[in-house]
Amino acid sequence: MKLDTSGLESAAPVWGAPSELVDGFSAAPSFEVPNTTDFDGFQKEAIQMVKPAKGTTTLAFIFKEGVMVAADSRASMGGYISSQSVKKIIEINPYMLGTMAGGAADCQFWHRNLGIKCRLHELANKRRISVTGASKLLANILYSYRGMGLSVGTMIAGWDETGPGLYYVDSEGGRLKGMRFSVGSGSPYAYGVLDNGYRYDMSVEEAAELARRAIYHATFRDGASGGVASVYYVGPNGWKKLSGDDVGELHYKYYPVMPSTVEQEMVEVAGA
Amino acid sequence: MARYDRAITVFSPDGHLFQVEYALEAVRKGNAAVGVRGTDNVVLGVEKKSAAKLQDSRSARKIVSLDNHVALACAGLKADARVLINRARIECQSHRLTVEDPVTVEYITRYIAGLQQKYTQSGGVRPFGLSTLIVGFDPYSGVPSLYQTDPSGTFSAWKANATGRNSNSMREFLEKNYKETSGQETVKLAICALLEVVESGGKTIEVAVMTKEHGLRQLEEAEIDAIVAEIEAEKVAAEAAKKAPAAPKET
Repeated sequence: MKLDTSGLESAAPVWGAPSELVDGFSAAPSFEVPNTTDFDGFQKEAIQMVKPAKGTTTLAFIFKEGVMVAADSRASMGGYISSQSVKKIIEINPYMLGTMAGGAADCQFWHRNLGIKCRLHELANKRRISVTGASKLLANILYSYRGMGLSVGTMIAGWDETGPGLYYVDSEGGRLKGMRFSVGSGSPYAYGVLDNGYRYDMSVEEAAELARRAIYHATFRDGASGGVASVYYVGPNGWKKLSGDDVGELHYKYYPVMPSTVEQEMVEVAGA
Repeated sequence: MARYDRAITVFSPDGHLFQVEYALEAVRKGNAAVGVRGTDNVVLGVEKKSAAKLQDSRSARKIVSLDNHVALACAGLKADARVLINRARIECQSHRLTVEDPVTVEYITRYIAGLQQKYTQSGGVRPFGLSTLIVGFDPYSGVPSLYQTDPSGTFSAWKANATGRNSNSMREFLEKNYKETSGQETVKLAICALLEVVESGGKTIEVAVMTKEHGLRQLEEAEIDAIVAEIEAEKVAAEAAKKAPAAPKET
């Protein structure tokens, strides 16, 4: 299977038939390997450098009415919150969404690239690409860059001819089909709420509320998640943004401040 | 590996690509092939040159499958055909791998045509000397399709078409007699067209039918002989019917 090297090819056309003896598999150009004494160690270091960056909470699940996708909006660099307003749900095309976890640049670029590929597929084949196909295209690209330091933990959610589709794709080259996923440092907390409250036959409002609460609870406990909880719904007519609530406000909505009975009051002491 | 930097297929002063036209000549000398699209099946028929006595006819199959739902027949240089078919088969599987879906007939036709075109615009190579008839069922719509490609790399969809030796006569016959058919009727139409230019018999014709349920099915010699006999009988009956009204005039 030919690796996707379209990003590396120069504009000049290839002269001559590429080694016709080798039945269709021409040699793939690749990056030059850096000059180190310990390449494996270098690779490990590179991976460790980007690992903590998956400070985020994203989730998506399939239910009766379609797919619900939600994410927080905090970007952190170690202990420093670099932004509270990052768009972590990327609109690939009007009927497909991708979530961002890991390297922001990597996710944004490759999702846009995926959008281009999906559109080209539509034009060439006169039909929309399936969620299966789109996720596979992305997974194959990421696999061909395996070990080169990309950090992408994404979910591709969409609606195609076969109904709602949800795939988890990561920069290790893994690709999983599933009904519920949560990705990021806040995912254990989100899973707790999501798995507990999930039912297949929920209405759109119930599902949105579940997604919102799951993100909120993750931001409550996970320092690397916060900001705004965005909720998107993907239905037969494409995706629609349902809400974007500040998690601080959500906190007081779920746990409003109750006036409590006073136990002791401070009284002015008369001058001695 | 050293790359060839001189193209063999270049324009003539009056805008022709002679190599491509010579390739079409090679196709015209190749064995006759016909394809007919029915409402629920597609039929391919190919002229078989009389097999040498010692040759194992099964190894020289002229109608091949590219995938479970796509088949191909061609006219022209058979060795070139083998290379093209191998590349197409790989592409069918590659498509299944990357998009988790079987190819549409249009997609694989576009691929084969693209390959044929590449060889008219690359250094050090000559065009493929064959035209192909590609048939199959679309995995999504379930609709039967028939496409044709040629050495220049153009392709189009057809209700019925012929290529190779005497393809003009076959095409004329099809244009006169084509109508929407299904099942056995389509097979008969294809064989009728072939019989216009080929001596009759199961020994000289290879026929295969593609259906949605059963994929590609090669017809046995005996089956083909039976259908040919049917066609002959119908012809005789038609002749007799024509003569009969004339008889009373004589008395």
